[in-house]
Amino acid sequence: MSTYGADDFGWFGGVGAFGGRFMPEALIAALDELDIAWQKAMVDPAFVAEFEGLLQNYAGVPSMLYDAHRLSEHAGARILLKREDLNHTGAHKIRNVLGQALLTKRMGKTRVIAETGAGQHGVASATAAAYLGLDCTVYMGEVDTERQALNVARMQLLGAEVIPVKSGSRTLKDAINEALRDWVASVDHTAYLFGTAAGPHPFPSLVLSFVRGIGDEARQQCLDLTGRLPDAITACVGGGSNAIGLFAGFLDDADVDIYGFEAGGDGVETGRHAATIFAGSIGVLHGARTFVLQDEDGQTIESHSISAGLDYPGVGPQHAALAQARRATYLPVTDAEAMDAMALLARTEGIIPAIESAHAVAGTLKVAKERQGETLLINLSGRGDKDMGTALEYFHLGTAGAAK
Amino acid sequence: MTSSSAAFAKARAENRAALVGYLPAGFPDVDGSIAALRAMVDAGCDVIEIGLPYSDPVMDGPTIQAAAQQALEGGVRTADVLRTVEAVAATGTPTLVMTYWNPVERYGVERFAADLASAGGAGLITPDLTPDFAPEWIAAADQHDLDKVFLVAPSSTDERIAMTTAACRGFVYATAVMGVTGARTSTSDLAGPLVSRTKATTTLPVGVGLGVSNGAQAAEVASYADGVIVGSAFVRALLDNAGDRAAGLAALTALTEDLAAGVAGGVRA
Ligand SMILES: Cc1ncc(COP(=O)(O)O)c(C=O)c1O
Repeated sequence: MSTYGADDFGWFGGVGAFGGRFMPEALIAALDELDIAWQKAMVDPAFVAEFEGLLQNYAGVPSMLYDAHRLSEHAGARILLKREDLNHTGAHKIRNVLGQALLTKRMGKTRVIAETGAGQHGVASATAAAYLGLDCTVYMGEVDTERQALNVARMQLLGAEVIPVKSGSRTLKDAINEALRDWVASVDHTAYLFGTAAGPHPFPSLVLSFVRGIGDEARQQCLDLTGRLPDAITACVGGGSNAIGLFAGFLDDADVDIYGFEAGGDGVETGRHAATIFAGSIGVLHGARTFVLQDEDGQTIESHSISAGLDYPGVGPQHAALAQARRATYLPVTDAEAMDAMALLARTEGIIPAIESAHAVAGTLKVAKERQGETLLINLSGRGDKDMGTALEYFHLGTAGAAK
Repeated sequence: MTSSSAAFAKARAENRAALVGYLPAGFPDVDGSIAALRAMVDAGCDVIEIGLPYSDPVMDGPTIQAAAQQALEGGVRTADVLRTVEAVAATGTPTLVMTYWNPVERYGVERFAADLASAGGAGLITPDLTPDFAPEWIAAADQHDLDKVFLVAPSSTDERIAMTTAACRGFVYATAVMGVTGARTSTSDLAGPLVSRTKATTTLPVGVGLGVSNGAQAAEVASYADGVIVGSAFVRALLDNAGDRAAGLAALTALTEDLAAGVAGGVRA
């Protein structure tokens, strides 16, 4: 384990610093049970083999590392794309849910619940539940069900029940609240498939253990392709699962710089953003001490992003610790910069990224201005199919014959 | 200030359970909540819990969520909660704050404890903070002579119950059901065994909350618990009379009297 991992109580960066477990007592037994089951599973060769087999034969992992020549020309730096967009269901999220759903079966539970923002984690959860024969309920903010209607339909087709959450800001944070409320009442037979590397211990470490293949694969693939490690690695950061999955493979490589790109929304200066680490402050949200967007009284402030998957006012505690330790740098990318990058990647490489992932591309292009000629490895966390509605509106697409 | 344990002792001396009533501060507005809480004291609540409205109340069902949201939309601040505590504690009834953790952390744990104590508050009930993650709060509470009310749940192991009650002061809050706050039509069969397991570890009084909404249910719970904690039903009384203050207070008073008769009528074990 890297020196950047959590201790037995889930603290990152020292006791009391980040993470921990700020949860109702009613859920502690379930979190302890999960912790023990997970730790046992991870040292059980049969479980590990089953998980890896599913990743390979079902999810299409390892995803390739793609040498993006045309984007590189544009950037003046060698850009490598870790193609998580090619995974089954279209994002890195499938790795996490296959791990957690297998664990659910192993624990003898029959139902899973999940929260979702963009719908990617909901789709991945519904997929894993369908494949492994589990009942599945997905909580999704009402606002997000509207901007990601296609993913709602996918979840329903996969047999999941999608519950629109009408409380609070009606986005991802409220979907997490509602899933936790369900879980308190159903914990004897239900597992909560947490969608990102955040929340109470052991979720940040557990999710990392299932997504860390991204970084481990990318490190070896980069060595194979270029003969050396990249100069920098980059990812978008919502709750932080795709980012920590990539970063984990390189944390102990001190020469590899690490960048996380948060959603800058309309611009951090406007207050309408989701740049939690860059512009937030330390607090407790959804069971962990971390950076939070909050007002003077500790009330959560609603985040804003064109990308539903990054529209979250908290962040995984390990990222908070990496920022504090200056091992990783977190910077904001605006909606407009991300949408430009989405179009650029589509037109240079013929790859339409998820808007979340487009934040990573945009941020990397900015960083590349100071890192000309270097090798920069981006986690392309997902594909843009789910975002075509947003793109259609944003770019005024969809009318044949109109100017491009 | 008085520890809430004094109110439990007084109830026990009268051979009944204590009635603990909850309302969020700032609901329907700050002065309205003060008037409502005082009406509950006048009609027979032995201990008052004042909720600190929070944007992400994961332990609350729709009724209390709605009240907290209304309070926040009305602009209630942490300072208003402390002002509410001061006004209610002035009646001499032990008054605790029930709060999610982040607002306390943001205010400053030591500063919050100091200001709560000087407002006459008895202590804190912390639904999302367990003793093993509460060293700062425990130190500040001990420093300022405040009650620390942590929760136990039907899912708690005996070890965790012992660890929790060892850290409590005032009373122990036993959650009767596995679920969020909200009135329920029947009482829980999980509460009795939980109270026995809790009492095996402590001499502190044990209050049972979640789901109690009328005198008959209160009497049933009072037969095995030292206190009956009621929240959503009080909020519901105000929500049902939104816009008519006098009717809201009358409904609160009637509900309190029904519950107070219930806790007095419980057949004591
Ligand atoms: C494609 C994609 N990338 C990134 C994210 C953000 O989540 P995380 O920060 O946990 O990777 C999401 C979330 O829905 C997503 O769908």
